[in-house]
Amino acid sequence: MTRTFPQTEQPPIAAAFARTKAARRIALIPYVMAGYPDEATSEALAIALGEAGADIIEIGVPFSDPLADGATIQHASEHALANGMTLRKALALASRVSTRISTPLVLMGYYNPILRYGLERFCLDAAQAGIAGLIIPDLPPEEAETLRSVAADQGIELIFLVTPTSTDARIAQAAQMAERTGGGFLYCVSLSGVTGARDRLPDELPAFIARVRAQTALPLAVGFGVSRAEHVAEIAQFADGAVVASALLNAVDAAPPEERVAAGGAFLHGLRGG
Amino acid sequence: MRVYRNGERSSMTIHIPAYRHGVYPDANGRYGEFGGRFAPESLMAALNELALAYTAAREDPTFEEELTALERTYTGRPTPLYYAERLSQRVGARVYLKREDLAHTGAHKINNAVGQGLLAQRMGKQRIIAETGAGQHGVATATICAKLGLECVVYMGEEDIRRQSLNVFRMKLLGAEVRPVASGSRTLKDAINEAMRDWVTNVSTTHYLIGSAVGPHPYPQIVRDFQSVIGREARAQTFDAEERLPDMVIACVGGGSNAIGMFHPFANDPAVRLIGVEAGGAGIETGRHAATLTGGSPGVLHGALSYLLQDDDGQVIETRSISAGLDYPGVGPEHSYLKATGRATYVTANDDAALSAFQVLSQEEGIIPALESAHAVAHLLALGEQGALQIDQIVVICLSGRGDKDINTVADALGVMLK
Repeated sequence: MTRTFPQTEQPPIAAAFARTKAARRIALIPYVMAGYPDEATSEALAIALGEAGADIIEIGVPFSDPLADGATIQHASEHALANGMTLRKALALASRVSTRISTPLVLMGYYNPILRYGLERFCLDAAQAGIAGLIIPDLPPEEAETLRSVAADQGIELIFLVTPTSTDARIAQAAQMAERTGGGFLYCVSLSGVTGARDRLPDELPAFIARVRAQTALPLAVGFGVSRAEHVAEIAQFADGAVVASALLNAVDAAPPEERVAAGGAFLHGLRGG
Repeated sequence: MRVYRNGERSSMTIHIPAYRHGVYPDANGRYGEFGGRFAPESLMAALNELALAYTAAREDPTFEEELTALERTYTGRPTPLYYAERLSQRVGARVYLKREDLAHTGAHKINNAVGQGLLAQRMGKQRIIAETGAGQHGVATATICAKLGLECVVYMGEEDIRRQSLNVFRMKLLGAEVRPVASGSRTLKDAINEAMRDWVTNVSTTHYLIGSAVGPHPYPQIVRDFQSVIGREARAQTFDAEERLPDMVIACVGGGSNAIGMFHPFANDPAVRLIGVEAGGAGIETGRHAATLTGGSPGVLHGALSYLLQDDDGQVIETRSISAGLDYPGVGPEHSYLKATGRATYVTANDDAALSAFQVLSQEEGIIPALESAHAVAHLLALGEQGALQIDQIVVICLSGRGDKDINTVADALGVMLK
């Protein structure tokens, strides 16, 4: 296994979870769509979230056909594309963000733009931009080995999604692939459905997380539908991280244009304080 | 731990591999380098379950009996192979039309809908969802759901609802719910996105009855197999009529279900040329077309690696065709494989040529074809005009559907006002 950082130094995502674990708190993982509502605001928002105490930040890359996403992220994706956002520009944005904050950045987007960019070249450029991990909702473990190994050469983790419909064998397969690279986490999708803010977490969530926990020692982050401080507090009882995307985008959208960046930071703060 | 070797794709395309029959899809759902299962994790268990259920069904003689009986008594199979005398004289060859337009509901889509409907029933799924472009697959799905007593929801782009209002009403009459899709280009591709989102949400109760030979494995295989009845019949019927196989088989290609159903039973007959006709729209050079194999490049959309109309950043491009059923930026992975191996050839017919073929077939054979199928006829007419055919050559065209649904579109294009 090739790693670009020294053995003694923990990879950034593992280090982030180690810090939150030591502080006995949950890792908060907010999502920013690159280019939404516009490029400058999304960049300022990512920096503000880092300064407001985000533990990892997901940078979303827009795609023309986001089939795993609900209305909020579809809307953001469509607008970001209309604003001219591309994978290349998203990497440049991430690169600028990573000079301002030390929060690990994870890129989230669909597979085709990455395939088109070229897997090797993409991983080189992503590593240069300070990207620590990749979340690709349409790349299940069966199809991911090529990218996983190319990414691992650059010290980038591939972060797999597991869902309540995943069998134990599939969860084990995803965990083993993630563990081969080393320091990522498993993204536990809270429900069978698309992304989007929801009023409550599913009752089956603790049992699902327990089922995942039985397969791996990797940190577990819960996403899809995580919208409020109560949700984060609930997830903190059984998981290591919470991903907040649509609800954060909604909060930013609701603020007047000049207050959007501040609103994002305040929303993140509110998630902790609940 | 299993090591998956799906890498080095770009270097694999340098030489043209020989076509191999009957070995694809492989265990990973690949057709050569194409295909696969690029689907959200929420669907992976369901796709595995579907693949197992499908294999079990095909090994069960009662399933085959049920399917064959419905094909005969409900769909109206075998459909005729018709010798088109005046068309033959016009182009200077012996031209046969495989009359899928005479199948129940008026298009080949019913073949796959009946097969998957029976499969869904066998799997205990009471709710069926489908996408539709021209509305033919939506109608076929609504039909089999009515017959089997299954709940049916059809996703359809707003643009397609506008241009295919007759089929929208047919679906409603058949008891289906038609859900308009307002995202993206508001056509077939966006209807598939929305159907996938529904399936992700309701996967435990719902079967997604995909209408073309696209999507994650095992869909391209299932649709090909259920549509292969077209080619099996056509092959036997041509042999009965002419005591030999055709020289050429022509079918239109959008997602590619009628074409793969027609081609597959002939693919192991090397002397039979397989020609797929894509929608050239306003012309390939204008960029306003839906000719994926002709003008696209490999990429991942809707769960499979296949040819794709995309820009330099990997975003899917909006397509344009007079025919709603061909207006799709992707194509089934087996067609990409047939193209890569050179086993099939893919050409285009523009809107104008399709419209003209629509009129020729109506006026000279008394058959009003679907605009989709008119693309296949348009290529035949082009070959005739080029003098590329010989008088003793046998050409079989898949007439995939009838044109009633397209009357408004054609009237518009011809500048005729309908009351």
